[in-house]
Amino acid sequence: MTTKSAGHGSYKKIGMSPKEYKKFAKNREPSRSIGANCLRAFLIGGLICVVGQFIQNMFMHYFKMSETEAGNPTVAVMILISVILTCLGVYDKISQWAGAGSAVPVTGFANSMCSAALEHRSEGLVLGVGGHMFRLAGSVIVFGTVAAFFVGIVHLILGTGGQQ
Amino acid sequence: MLRGKQTWWFENRPVIIGAATVVGPDEGDGPLASCFDLVHPELDMQQKSWEKAERLLMEQASDFAIRNAGVSKEQLQFYIGGDLLNQIISSTFAARGLGLPYLGVFGACSTSMESLALSAMLVNSRSARRVLAGVCSHNCTAEKQFRYPTEYGSQKPPTAQYTVTGAGAAIIAEEGNGPVVTSATIGKIVDLGITDPFNMGAAMAPAAVDTIQAHFEDTGRSPKDYDLIVTGDLASVGHPIARDLLERSGVPMGETEFTDCGLMVYDMIKQKNIIQAGGSGCACSAVVTYGHLLKRIRKGELKRILVVATGALLSPLSYQQGESIPCIAHAVSIEGGE
Repeated sequence: MTTKSAGHGSYKKIGMSPKEYKKFAKNREPSRSIGANCLRAFLIGGLICVVGQFIQNMFMHYFKMSETEAGNPTVAVMILISVILTCLGVYDKISQWAGAGSAVPVTGFANSMCSAALEHRSEGLVLGVGGHMFRLAGSVIVFGTVAAFFVGIVHLILGTGGQQ
Repeated sequence: MLRGKQTWWFENRPVIIGAATVVGPDEGDGPLASCFDLVHPELDMQQKSWEKAERLLMEQASDFAIRNAGVSKEQLQFYIGGDLLNQIISSTFAARGLGLPYLGVFGACSTSMESLALSAMLVNSRSARRVLAGVCSHNCTAEKQFRYPTEYGSQKPPTAQYTVTGAGAAIIAEEGNGPVVTSATIGKIVDLGITDPFNMGAAMAPAAVDTIQAHFEDTGRSPKDYDLIVTGDLASVGHPIARDLLERSGVPMGETEFTDCGLMVYDMIKQKNIIQAGGSGCACSAVVTYGHLLKRIRKGELKRILVVATGALLSPLSYQQGESIPCIAHAVSIEGGE
C-alpha cells in the first residue's frame, strides 16, 4: 500500500471492479420506500378512479345514459382534465408525489401525449407535434396491442372468449 | 507548463478580471440568489423555445462578464464555450452574436472548468491576451434531450439531479485585478460501470476522485493547501461516495473544507421536492464558481480553492443501448490576486 498524508508520491488507486463499485455505491444510495410509494399510488390512483366514477354517474343521471354508453364520454372528460392539468404544469408535480398512481390510469396516457406535443411544438406542427406525440405513448400502444393479441389467443384456446 | 502527468502550471498567472452569472427562477429561490448578476423569474424568459432561452442566458452572461471586466468586446481574442445540447448549439449560436474567434468544447457538466482551463492556458502561453470562457445549461432543454418532455409525469428517484438553468462566463486576462488561475488538472475518462442515468452522482464520483488524486500527485500539494475544494455536481449521492473513496485512498480530505456545487446552488430542504439529490449541469459549477466563490476570493474569505467540475459523458442513445456512463473531471485551482 502506497498511501501518504501529504506532499509527494502517489495515492492508492480506487482499484474496484465495476461489480464492487456498484455495490459500494448502492450502499450509499438513499433508500426508495416501496411501501410509501405503493400507498401514494393507491391513494392518487384511487382518487382518479373515484373522480371517473363520479363523472360516469353524472352522465348516467343527467343524460339518461346506460353504464356502457357513459363510458366513452367519461374517458373523454378524464383526458380533457389531464390535458388541462398538463398544460397548466401541474400534472408532473402530482406525478412526482403519486408515482404510478397518476401514470397508470388513462390520465397518465393523455399526459404522455400532451407533454410530448407541448415540448416539440417549437419544431413545427408536422415534424414536431405530429412526429413526437407518440414518442412515449407509442410503446404503450404497441405493447398493449401485442398483449391483447396473446390474450386473444389464450381465450381462443380455452374457449373462454366472446361475450356475445 | 506541464507539471507531473496531467497538470498545467500557469506560471504567468492569468487573471480572471471579470465574471458574470445569469440564472433561472429555481436558482433564484436558492441560497446563492444574491450572488447572481441576473435572475430570470420565468423558465422560458419570454423566448419561443427552451433552446432560445438557454442561448439568451449565455448571451447575457457573456455581455455582463465583458461589462464587469471593464473591457470592450474588441479587446477579447477568443471565446471558448460549451453546453449540454447536441452539437453544442447554445454556445455556437451565442458565439454568432459575439463575433469572436470561437472554440466549442464539450465535456458535459465538466465543460465549465474545461473551458476555464483552456482559456487560462491560452493566456498563460501568450496565445491570447484576453479570453472569454463561458458555459450554459437549461433545465428544460436538458430534460427534453436527455430524459422526458418537461411536463411528463414521471416520478424521479431520490438519486436524480436537477439541471441548473443558468450561464456563467469569465474573462481571463494576462494582467489585471482579480483571482488568479494557477493550475489545471485535466481528467481521464473513468467508468466504473454505473448504467443508471438517474444516478449520475455515483457514476461521476470516481472520476472526481481520480482527478483530485492526480492533482495532488502532480503538484505535490495536499488538501490542507486549499481553503476549499468543491466538486461540480456530485450532489447528495455522489459527494459522500467521493469522500469515502478519497478516504479509502488515504487522501486526507478532512484537512480542508470539501463540498459540492450541486449541494450549494439550491436549498436542499425547501427545494427538495423538485431537485431530489441536488443540482447538475455545466451551469451548476459555473454559477457557483463564477457567482459565489470568486466573490469570496475577492473579499479575501478564501485564499486558494480547487474546483473539480465533473461530467457524465452519456447520450440518450448510449444508455438506451445499455452502455455504462463514462465520466470525467477537470480541476482548476484559483487563488486570490495580490
